[in-house]
Amino acid sequence: MRATHSIHGGIHPVEAKALSAPGTVLDAGIPDKLVLPLSQHIGRQPEVIVEVGETVKGGQVLALGDGPMSVPLHAPTSGTITAIDDRAVPHPSGLTNRCIELSCDGNDDWVALEGLANWREIDRTALISAISLSGVAGMGGAGFPTAVKLNSPATQPIRTLIINGTECEPYISADDTLMQIDAPAIVEGAEILAHIVNAEEILFAVEDNKPIALAAMQEAVDASESNCRREVMSFPTKYPSGGEKQLIEILTGLQVPSGGLPAHLGIVCQNPGTAVAVREAILMGKPLTERIVTLTGRALNKPGNYRVRLGTPISHLLAVTAFDPKDNQRLIHGGPMMGFALESSDVPIIKTTNCVLVPTEQELPTPPPAQACIRCGLCAEACPASLLPQQLYWYARAKDQEQLEKHHLFDCIECGACSWVCPSHIPLVQYYRAAKGSIVDTRAEKTRSDRSRDRFEARQERVERELAAREAQRAARRAAAQKKAEQGADDDPIAAAIARAKAKKQTAEDPLGAPAGNDES
Amino acid sequence: MSFLKITSPHGHGPLTTAGIMQTVLLATLPGVAVMTWFFGPGTLINLLFGGALALAFEAAALRLRDRNPGPYLRDYSVLVTSTLLCIALPPYSPWWLVATGIFSSVILGKHVFGGLGYNPFNPAMVGYVILLISFPLQMSTWQAPRGLDAVPGVVDALEALLLPARYDAITMATPLDVLRQNQGLLMADLQAQKPQFGRWAGVGWEWINLAFLAGGLWLLFKRVFTWHAPVGLLAALGLCAAIGFDSGSSESGGSPLLHWLSGATMFGAFFIITDPVSSAVSNRGRLIFGALIGVLIYLIRVHGNYPDAVAFAVLILNFAAPLIDQYTQPAVYGSNPVKRDEP
Amino acid sequence: MSFIETQPLLAALIALLGLGVTFGAILGFASIRFRTEGNPLADQINQILPQTQCGQCGYPGCKPYATAIADGDAINKCPPGGQETIDALADLLDVESMTLDAEHGEEKAPKVAYIREEDCIGCTKCIQACPVDAILGAAKLMHTVIADECTGCDLCLDPCPVDCIDMIERKTGIQHWRWELPSDNLIASDRAAA
Repeated sequence: MRATHSIHGGIHPVEAKALSAPGTVLDAGIPDKLVLPLSQHIGRQPEVIVEVGETVKGGQVLALGDGPMSVPLHAPTSGTITAIDDRAVPHPSGLTNRCIELSCDGNDDWVALEGLANWREIDRTALISAISLSGVAGMGGAGFPTAVKLNSPATQPIRTLIINGTECEPYISADDTLMQIDAPAIVEGAEILAHIVNAEEILFAVEDNKPIALAAMQEAVDASESNCRREVMSFPTKYPSGGEKQLIEILTGLQVPSGGLPAHLGIVCQNPGTAVAVREAILMGKPLTERIVTLTGRALNKPGNYRVRLGTPISHLLAVTAFDPKDNQRLIHGGPMMGFALESSDVPIIKTTNCVLVPTEQELPTPPPAQACIRCGLCAEACPASLLPQQLYWYARAKDQEQLEKHHLFDCIECGACSWVCPSHIPLVQYYRAAKGSIVDTRAEKTRSDRSRDRFEARQERVERELAAREAQRAARRAAAQKKAEQGADDDPIAAAIARAKAKKQTAEDPLGAPAGNDES
Repeated sequence: MSFLKITSPHGHGPLTTAGIMQTVLLATLPGVAVMTWFFGPGTLINLLFGGALALAFEAAALRLRDRNPGPYLRDYSVLVTSTLLCIALPPYSPWWLVATGIFSSVILGKHVFGGLGYNPFNPAMVGYVILLISFPLQMSTWQAPRGLDAVPGVVDALEALLLPARYDAITMATPLDVLRQNQGLLMADLQAQKPQFGRWAGVGWEWINLAFLAGGLWLLFKRVFTWHAPVGLLAALGLCAAIGFDSGSSESGGSPLLHWLSGATMFGAFFIITDPVSSAVSNRGRLIFGALIGVLIYLIRVHGNYPDAVAFAVLILNFAAPLIDQYTQPAVYGSNPVKRDEP
Repeated sequence: MSFIETQPLLAALIALLGLGVTFGAILGFASIRFRTEGNPLADQINQILPQTQCGQCGYPGCKPYATAIADGDAINKCPPGGQETIDALADLLDVESMTLDAEHGEEKAPKVAYIREEDCIGCTKCIQACPVDAILGAAKLMHTVIADECTGCDLCLDPCPVDCIDMIERKTGIQHWRWELPSDNLIASDRAAA
């Protein structure tokens, strides 16, 4: 095995992965109603093509992608569309967004699916479009449309495909489980992905705290054939090794340039779940309608990894896992490091939900109030991006956007390692998120105001020009009238008035007369 | 049902500010114990009296600043400040000296700037320097260490604190003073003639420095701070001494070992300049910060007029810390893009 | 004996005069050689102003107000810019920041004009009022607002004879949500700083 590299910083929080018993998948069942948010990925919201009252079958398209940065949405089972409205969605804001409510009939009838078994002979564009039509978006957490990631331009050839089975975040074992039970499918999915991007090598990355998954992956790789160089790589457990940029450094020793993408190094990363979804989309034509979710935390009596239909309300899953509300105050979408707290359990599972964490108060205590920063520097030592978190904190508080950008705020991956070590319990990551948001807004405002200024100035100029032109016209007319008056002072004034009125009428009827917006009132 | 809305991360590491402060306090114990052995209970009495005063001043300052004192007092930071100052004070100091020092440290060194985390200078050193400039006589009156004279008891110590006029001190110049005042001799003669000198440096002082070194190494092991600042200081001080020392005459400023084990070297290296608030922030910055302090300590000790130099050196570098930060920003991930070489 | 020693007063005067002439010449040369066109301070101020061109400050647009600030007018007359703009101006001009002058209006969320098209009679009055040409239409034909170009200045509301223009919030919904800075009070029991 080739040598791995180490990364700066990182932390070792309590893993607590055994709690969800990785390696076994339980069925969460089909609830009475599924709530399907239209936006389950980064990018544009797809367009709804069904109506309330319509009966649909499993796998049927409910909403069509709107442009390349958008993925369609499919029915996870058969039933009737009972509502299309705004509902609470899993999002840190707790705001609502457009959702489709599907009342399930329990039959789970599916449309006929057709795959592309001979994918090796098919053009990459066709395969990418098949993936896009199946609604696959990154299943590791960010939800970037997979088809877009695979569609790298010819100027940036991809050489290495990394299947990121690191899963460094504590508690979560969904990828671990998938690698244990379905390693051959992951390997085959990776093969398809490598074929699409025309990669020379595939690296399967697994942290060394998942020995069973590691062995299963190695076995699956050994048992299959490939045109690519393949390697299953294991490296010491440390959070956040699974961050895309961190993983690339661990495996290759290369750093993704600041503000750049892995594609700049000829690398593309995919999650094992995404690889399986791609395999199903290509081989069977099956859209992404379900996923493995780790339901864990000591407030659940039956924690585990569950196969869950997208749109299943978390309240249904809490019932399935025998949730004990005593001693619990928090419901977390995602893991303990990067997940966000939900205010209500009436939100659905979406494509990016890898974990729902329901801890007890003893397990993850409510943080005490933040104290003053003593600049101890622990955060700088923990930061995997080698930033100076405490400086960023001061600048975020001072709203000093110039210094924030100078201190590379946008290289922060929001992993939370700095907040985790902070002895003063300062919610550092929230400062960075807020600062990033306001910088993005400021940039947008700046572009807007620049354009407004240009438009205002252009208009000012035009108005002045028109005014000057009219003034010149008026002066010319006055001069003409004066000349006329001098020539024939004894002309009949009444005849002259009639002539003037006639002339004016003619100008008004002229279709090319005064354009809209230029009347002289 | 409604759940608590808290921002991520939802877990937290084991370290707390109060915990770090407690660890620092614990780490001073070996040094304080050795000081008590050599100088008697004076240091302990200073510590207790100063600690109580510091808590009172901190509470009063917080009240004046409209803060609820409870949670702030429980961060132990003011006790660290008072402990560091009281260790630096001569044992058997009068009460008003301790009180002035604590007031200067807590109020002028810390709260006028906005409290913990906002002070540009090390508060304990602010207090120490104000005392040193205002009361040079009292500040250089050091009890003779055990072995050279009798060590006072607890009653004497209380008398020295509360009724300074009645207390008759047995004092003696410190080894660094002796070195400065006796130029033109050979080091060997100096060591033989003057009782202040022990095996490597001053009697008592060498052991006190070793005890603080032990406490500091424990803090390093507990990862309370990184090695950069202390190593920078000790290396620079040792290097300066090695350059200056001609291995013989007393003008040449003493050997590196003498400097390492004299005065407040180890105490300063591990307990004063490691105060994170007033030092540089990056590791490289802290190395430079420590090294420059080491150079200044040597220069002030050998060419200056004060008994020890740590406090002045630290305060001067506190001024320079933001400048050091400006030029020692670490390279962030991805800032030096590497081209991928062909296979 | 040299001149300096015999006539110290005269020598000093000559030296000072010489210095004055030399530096005066250098400054005079620099002011001609490095002359800048226009008013750079007003331009910098104009960069900070939000360019809504709404006239709430009492000037017919952002640029005139920027010129006025450069000539010493108060910096707190711009409601669309709000506190952020005032702070930025205070920073640029190195003066004490102040709060928004309520006389000129209050800070509101950014809005965009929306024409209820069924009510529009096509009078073109709003088109003439719009400072950034963000309304599209022709006489007796229905008008519409180019939402991306609208600055939300309100100037089209008054001229409309049939009141068919509404101001709606520009940024709503989940896409425009941003994290907030954590509250500044370190400990919940602290009273706000006076």
